[in-house]
Amino acid sequence: MKYNALAIPDPDKLIYGVSPNPVTTRHGMVIGGGTVYPELNFTLPDIKIEAASMPEVRRHYQQIVNEALTRAAELEAPGVMLEFETLPPMTEFPDFGMDIVKILLEGIETAHEKYGLKATLRATPNDNREFVRPPLMRSGRYWEAMLELFERSAEAGAEFLSIESVGGKELHDDALVNGDLREVLFSLCVMGVRDMKFLWDHIVPIANKHGVYAAGDTACGFGNTAMVLAERKMIPRSFAAVVRAVTAVRSLVAYECGAVGPGKDCGYENPILKAITGFPMSMEGKTAACAHLSPMGNLAAATADLWSNESVQNIKLLGGMAPTCYMEQLIYDCRLFNEASKDGPEAALQLRNWLVKSDAGLDPQAMIITPESSVAIANAIVSSENHYAAGIAAAREAIRLMRESSESGCLKMEAKEAAWLDRMEDDLDDMPDTEEEFIEEMMEDVDTDKFVPEDYELPALALS
Amino acid sequence: MSNIEDLKTSVINGRRKDAKLLTTALLEEGTAPEVLLEDALIPAMSVVGEKFKNNEIFVPEMLVSARAMKESMKIIEPKLIEAGIKPKYKAIIGTVEGDRHDIGKNLVATMWKGAGFEVIDLGVNVTPTAFVDAIDEHEADIVGLSALLTTTMPAMRETVSAIKAAGKQLKIVIGGAPVTQSYADEIGADGYASDAASAVDLAKSVLPA
Repeated sequence: MKYNALAIPDPDKLIYGVSPNPVTTRHGMVIGGGTVYPELNFTLPDIKIEAASMPEVRRHYQQIVNEALTRAAELEAPGVMLEFETLPPMTEFPDFGMDIVKILLEGIETAHEKYGLKATLRATPNDNREFVRPPLMRSGRYWEAMLELFERSAEAGAEFLSIESVGGKELHDDALVNGDLREVLFSLCVMGVRDMKFLWDHIVPIANKHGVYAAGDTACGFGNTAMVLAERKMIPRSFAAVVRAVTAVRSLVAYECGAVGPGKDCGYENPILKAITGFPMSMEGKTAACAHLSPMGNLAAATADLWSNESVQNIKLLGGMAPTCYMEQLIYDCRLFNEASKDGPEAALQLRNWLVKSDAGLDPQAMIITPESSVAIANAIVSSENHYAAGIAAAREAIRLMRESSESGCLKMEAKEAAWLDRMEDDLDDMPDTEEEFIEEMMEDVDTDKFVPEDYELPALALS
Repeated sequence: MSNIEDLKTSVINGRRKDAKLLTTALLEEGTAPEVLLEDALIPAMSVVGEKFKNNEIFVPEMLVSARAMKESMKIIEPKLIEAGIKPKYKAIIGTVEGDRHDIGKNLVATMWKGAGFEVIDLGVNVTPTAFVDAIDEHEADIVGLSALLTTTMPAMRETVSAIKAAGKQLKIVIGGAPVTQSYADEIGADGYASDAASAVDLAKSVLPA
């Protein structure tokens, strides 16, 4: 473990807009330097992406960047991050992806020249490695195409590189629907950690070579899948909350490998990572309801350095095209955060506390990412000697926090949810002392046809 | 003397070992395998499905019951085949081309199995041709298409068109986050389920009784 102490040990210092290690863009945005900026994300309506449809696809992205940045300039946004999160064919065929990267970069430069708007681009190639089953995590055309898109995006001028990587997801979806905490820990802290290390050891050198930032990863396919399943009442919220705490261990690896933030918006584990690393983080909450529901729409903003909408289709709303409407919403939220900050640290803290208190008592998933909980879980992680132990420690801490908050009346939790705290604690009590023993046990239990053990540095066959 | 109600209860409570023992005992005592299926296993999963729909239990608890049913089915299935008894409905399910999301699709497959359907799961990223070929091969009564991305919805439309163009008469139902009833109507699907819990009711409503 690279980190053995917290960059932000005081929960009152874990606050929106301010990070100990800010990052500065070419146009002068200082992310984490005291100002919260909007980060706009967007996607296409239902269009099949192929060579024949690319003219239409390009028109959509041209419209998005031109209209959204014009609105940002009209509203005098202090700066804007655009995130281009590719759709699968755009990573599979990097020429498609690069068409859009260039359009967005041109739009950013035009807005800078025309309005003086500070804007920047985060390129997020989606992780297509799971398109073959079992996924090839370290070789093959999907891996090669993804690296090519990272390289060409950075070369073209995308200032931030991110990804929602999928290492470990081969088992994690089943672990979620079965409520299997052991398999969650194996997916995130054994498989996920190994893949993150391999992946970010490739992304960071690309960023360094082109003088851009390796920004960070997110356990979206893990923690947010759990959150969405919990929102649909398919799995317990208390279980999803523990999953969220454990995802921080996996996402941390990007920073251990040299990423510097801002962490990606859909990582609701980011407050924990901000406490550990001191790097700025993007967050999404109520303004991401266009993409998915969440129980922490206000609270998520409490520690945000960028404030995002996750993803919205380019469709017409009454106010205009949806990305433009969301740009406006994000800007107004950011104005409020920044105005409170202008009135001084006490005013900013007051607003932060309102954001926290408005959500924290209503859902365990919200409660475990309050500044106080984030620091507690972050402490549990950095006090551990390896990622395996950190996963267990994060889970235990999340359970302790939920139990104490529930017993003290600070957290509303149904009896059927609370029952899962005991069940998960029993699972943790049964965990072996060492990662080696755990791997040995799990390789006998899990479906090893679903993944390539060698890609995770795991024994190809059960060890027995 | 074993009791068929005990078998039903063991499945509802997810007690795999009990389900296995009771199934074996009931068969040895002369109960017909189709009776075990129709009077214990399917009603048990129906109770579990209702509890899930009413938010009394979560998916993990439902899957524990499904696994108990599976233990019982491992014993019953060969007897049913031996007796020439086929499942009432045969279903094919898959996530459409370009999309690899499968949690919802897997849950629907589980719910359909719980209702006594034979389910052939084609997995993810399934091309229209692969759907048509599987329908041919298995002579299915119903096919379920899943998509989670707006950009793979056109693949759903193409799959429906390919199935219809191939002259297949089976029922087509769709689901997934971006999908709606109006989209189902637009592309000519026979139905849309908003979640896994309602997928059994949907299938039964479009299939002949």
